[in-house]
Amino acid sequence: MPVDLQTAATALSNEEILRYSRHLIMPEVGMEGQQKLKAAKVLCIGTGGLGSPLALYLTAAGVGTLGLVDFDVVDYTNLQRQIIHSTPDVGRPKLDSAEEKLRALNPYVDIRKFETRLTSANALEIFRDFDVIVDGTDNFPTRYLVNDACVLTGKPNVYGSIFRFEGQASVFATKEGPCYRCLYPEPPPPGLVPSCAEGGVLGILPGLVGVIQATEAIKLILEAGEPLIGRLLLVDALAMNFRTLKLRKNPECPACGTHPTIKKLIDYEQFCGIPPAAAQQPAANANDMTPEELKRRLDAGEDLFVLDVREPNEYQIANLGGYLIPLGDLPKRVNELDSSREIVAHCKMGGRSAKAVDFLRQAGFKKVRNLAGGINAWSEKVDPKVPKY
Amino acid sequence: MKIHIPTPLRQYAEKKAALNVSGKTVAEGLKNLTVQHPDLKKHLFTDEGKLRSFVNVYVNDEDIRYLQNTDTAVKEGDDVSIVPSIAGGFDEPKL
Repeated sequence: MPVDLQTAATALSNEEILRYSRHLIMPEVGMEGQQKLKAAKVLCIGTGGLGSPLALYLTAAGVGTLGLVDFDVVDYTNLQRQIIHSTPDVGRPKLDSAEEKLRALNPYVDIRKFETRLTSANALEIFRDFDVIVDGTDNFPTRYLVNDACVLTGKPNVYGSIFRFEGQASVFATKEGPCYRCLYPEPPPPGLVPSCAEGGVLGILPGLVGVIQATEAIKLILEAGEPLIGRLLLVDALAMNFRTLKLRKNPECPACGTHPTIKKLIDYEQFCGIPPAAAQQPAANANDMTPEELKRRLDAGEDLFVLDVREPNEYQIANLGGYLIPLGDLPKRVNELDSSREIVAHCKMGGRSAKAVDFLRQAGFKKVRNLAGGINAWSEKVDPKVPKY
Repeated sequence: MKIHIPTPLRQYAEKKAALNVSGKTVAEGLKNLTVQHPDLKKHLFTDEGKLRSFVNVYVNDEDIRYLQNTDTAVKEGDDVSIVPSIAGGFDEPKL
């Protein structure tokens, strides 16, 4: 994007010249580059793990307008990696917490807050005023939504994704390059790929990947170097190994191919096989047992077999004294269970144990229930001495 | 060939990051891999035996969809990477 160095809108004040001096003396940025940054409008979807380093560095670098989309509230489990938020921010909206840090870091940046969940109804409208979209959402529906909205609006999508100690980054939806659907035409069915809340993530990893995304966003604005267009960067923090794989624009891509079939945003929850919110109300499930009911029946001395389907390392964090068979081992260890007894399965939040209950019912177990909300709900409703995690 | 196992699938491959398997094509390599580690099978293939659409396979740095798919020939010393989509990012799911 060409910049008129003389226009008042992007001309730098003496204070800004001092602030950005290490950029200005570098030929790859210089006065022209710094004014490009000042003219640029970047939208950061989320202010969590990836969004924290991203927003901090883009703000420090002097990106003129930074949009933030988030609707969440800071909680204690965020602080291990979401470095824009601090302990006193727990309970505050993430957007307010982030805005405060960013304004303190660089008052010359125009921070625009969108306190909403990104949806098919609002994405195009929100994207309209921005030049570059930075995505690192934690779920497939939003990922496909961001991708399609970027393709439809012609804005580059700076992508990052993380799991445990492995990350991916790329730049999608540029004119010449592939989009996320060229790489992955369809999402995995729900439940087959574990989320960070279930699988965990090394706290530093979103820092690494988020900073790569920030670097790519800056390069796109400066039109400098070789952005990750048509390349997928794989980061393995455990091996400390960075590899790039070639990505190609798929001529048959439904979003960005030669004959696109996606001409407007769709229902991404449905596309990802997630049932409508009404259908996933946990209370609607007859197999569920509340923590209070479990407590009452255990106290009454009833014969209940508590089955814990989490991983052994989670058992070490907190347990209810249940019999441990990780969900993945259940099929081959099902013979360890007595189908004549009433079984109450639990995990951390109730998702994996619901699958265990389904599996056991199909295997002929008649009396098997799921502890609604898992051990975290037990901690909240029955025994706060059991740590939540 | 050396097959690189992504983090989410390592739990089905004895926690290994990479495994050496024999085979002249990608299909043979993946078949031998799932023979050694049967739990991997349903994560890589559909019930009809096709590679799942959210699992990409690379020979060195090239996507097999742009080579000869699973018929792509593999030489001694080639790196085969399984690259599934991962979704982790900013926040934890609300469900």
